[in-house]
Amino acid sequence: MIGDLDARLGEALARLPDYLGGHVLVSMTALALGIALSIPLALVSIRRPAFRAVVLALSSIVQTIPGLALLALFYPLLLGLAALSLRAFGVSFSALGFLPAVLALALYSLLPVLRNAVTGLTGIDPAIREAALGVGMTRRQALWMVELPLALPVVMAGIRTAAVWVIGTATLSTPIGQTSLGNYIFAGLQTQNWVLVLFGCVAAALLALAVDQLLALIEGGLGARRRGRVVVGLLGMALIIIGALAPGWSQPRARYLVGAKTFTEQYILASLIEQRLRGAGLSAARREGLGSSVILDALAANEIDVYVDYTGTIWANGLHRTDAKPRAEVTAEVAKWLKDERGITLLGELGFENAYALAMPKKRAEALGVHSIADLARVAPRLTIAGDYEFFSRPEWTALRQAYGLSFRTQRTMQPEFMYPAAGAGEVDVISAYTSEGRVAQYDLVVLDDNKHVIPPYDAVILISPRDANDRALIDAVRPLVGAIDVDLMRAANQRATSGAGDRSPNAVARWMAEQLARKSEKK
Amino acid sequence: MSKMSTPAVISFERVSKVYDGTRTLESVTLAVAEREFLAIVGGSGAGKTTLLRLINRLIDPSDGIVRLEGEDVRTLDPIALRRRIGYVFQNIGLFPHMTVAENIAITPRLLGWDAASRAARVDELIDLVRLDRAKYRDRLPHQLSGGERQRVGVARALAARPRIVLMDEPFGALDPITRDALGRDVRALHDELGLTTVMITHDALEAVLLADRIVVMRDGHAIADGTPRALLAGDADPYVRELMQTPRRQAERLHALIAGPAA
Repeated sequence: MIGDLDARLGEALARLPDYLGGHVLVSMTALALGIALSIPLALVSIRRPAFRAVVLALSSIVQTIPGLALLALFYPLLLGLAALSLRAFGVSFSALGFLPAVLALALYSLLPVLRNAVTGLTGIDPAIREAALGVGMTRRQALWMVELPLALPVVMAGIRTAAVWVIGTATLSTPIGQTSLGNYIFAGLQTQNWVLVLFGCVAAALLALAVDQLLALIEGGLGARRRGRVVVGLLGMALIIIGALAPGWSQPRARYLVGAKTFTEQYILASLIEQRLRGAGLSAARREGLGSSVILDALAANEIDVYVDYTGTIWANGLHRTDAKPRAEVTAEVAKWLKDERGITLLGELGFENAYALAMPKKRAEALGVHSIADLARVAPRLTIAGDYEFFSRPEWTALRQAYGLSFRTQRTMQPEFMYPAAGAGEVDVISAYTSEGRVAQYDLVVLDDNKHVIPPYDAVILISPRDANDRALIDAVRPLVGAIDVDLMRAANQRATSGAGDRSPNAVARWMAEQLARKSEKK
Repeated sequence: MSKMSTPAVISFERVSKVYDGTRTLESVTLAVAEREFLAIVGGSGAGKTTLLRLINRLIDPSDGIVRLEGEDVRTLDPIALRRRIGYVFQNIGLFPHMTVAENIAITPRLLGWDAASRAARVDELIDLVRLDRAKYRDRLPHQLSGGERQRVGVARALAARPRIVLMDEPFGALDPITRDALGRDVRALHDELGLTTVMITHDALEAVLLADRIVVMRDGHAIADGTPRALLAGDADPYVRELMQTPRRQAERLHALIAGPAA
């Protein structure tokens, strides 16, 4: 047990320079941008009450948008802007990761700095303001020599609040492709590695605390007119930034980036592909925890080079199809659409499906006499169903309900990691499951038959970016995976990653898969 | 008599000021001679502060002309104008984040004096307003008593060697002893430095004791203008009579008390 903990901490520590560097870079840039925007806005708005009301209202509204949504919204926005700029000026920029994260976080930091700056500046005693003019200051001199210094403590308090918020919220920039301490949290949640989740939270909290204390030191130094304290505070900030960025400078950037969505199977497969690329002598790295809608755009924009997606996902989200067709036909149509519309190459199927399915505890299913979804429809009005975040808004759910006339007593949305235990414990009766999921067996669940074939096939397929369409080195390294992974192997790998003892990091499970694959090919 | 012979340093020619539709000043005409110490007396809302703010262009008149040494102030740059006029504010108005020395040196600094001359001038002024250099130079305003603060306020007003000093209720918030001492010191400085001073006060006794001449303001009008002696002797206006009789009555009672039989 102790050895296990040590291994997990070791794994977490090994990634710290990379994750912390990304986190510091994105949060400090966002904070600097936020300050650079809000101070002039505050200055403009002190003498314009109407403008001030509008600006404060807008920044309050921004604050009410959940951090994750705000970050996610910036991605398509920038993608559109990048396409526009490419058309207009022939220049494009990366809409993935850094830029959307910085912009969203900067917007997030606007309110505390702006509100405090306005409060600080409007709160100055009118007598002092008049004295500043009376002794012969220009408006600008009054601002710099009197108003700003007097407002400074309040402004600094706002900056400190913003710093803590931004550092905390930056953990949510992982799904839009910005490496941050959130990588620990997202990966840990997916693989039920609580050590990793805790490590990410503690690291972010410590960073926030350190920055807050350094800012407090600067603030105190400015207030008490002690230059030494200000210098120490500034040096501390510089040290954090340089220390966080130094590893990034010494490491050369990898040529090939392997993408992964936000669940266990994706982490394992990305690691497997990365290992194959490295085995072929190519420099490769992973971009993990990308949102489901972000990742395909990122591939089309050549911001990642390769990843595994599922035909059914693209069928529904890309082609906007709600009908179901046989596996081969779906794969062929998806491949054609990807090539024609996005320039993406579908290299081939891995050999297993990760389809949506409905599952329920085996004993309960037997007691109710339920074997198929058609059987389920009879008893559904008495049952509770739980689905992951997207399930109930997906066309598959609509199709299932219409085809089988499903109607449940209650319907709940849950994080997948908690859905399975909830079903196992009988807290919910039916859950949305995945066919390659290892936990179906672990929690003694049974997958119900979809006799009417309403749910489209979800073949796992390797996708290659437009830039790498003819890259022999990449394709040769990845091609052996095509058709090599059956659903049993994937289930076993998924189960291995989320339960059992020993090293169950995605890297270790991917190595285990590679061994299984090698053994299989020897047998042939 | 002397008023006629020396040219006016400050003059108001039928000056009116309208604030949000209400007249705070109604066609005021008056002149301040060189080296004169003028007190403007009146109740609150009489237009006293408006009068003062018109001189250094913190506000501009709605009507009429304010002249400084013969020139219409509206033709002068307000920033340069304010730097050559000393101003002692009603609420003292020291900058709370600056030391005593920095507060005093503010106008010289704005005028671009070098650090050495500023430092020398600060020392000179701290002496002039009778504070202890070593003790007060580097203190912040909140570490001073009310009287000390207003001494610094006076020093700041005098720092750039102005020939004109405007004072808005400078001793209003002080205790009687400090008030008397500071008043006498200010009058002494006025004489010593050859200043032209306009001081606002609501206290007729203070005006009588310090000023060469008193203007009484009421509802935006200058309703009386004369030497303390002349105004104490009586005036046609009942308000002025009432106002000037107060210090007189107080003096008489005091006199009776001192001269009368011991109890």
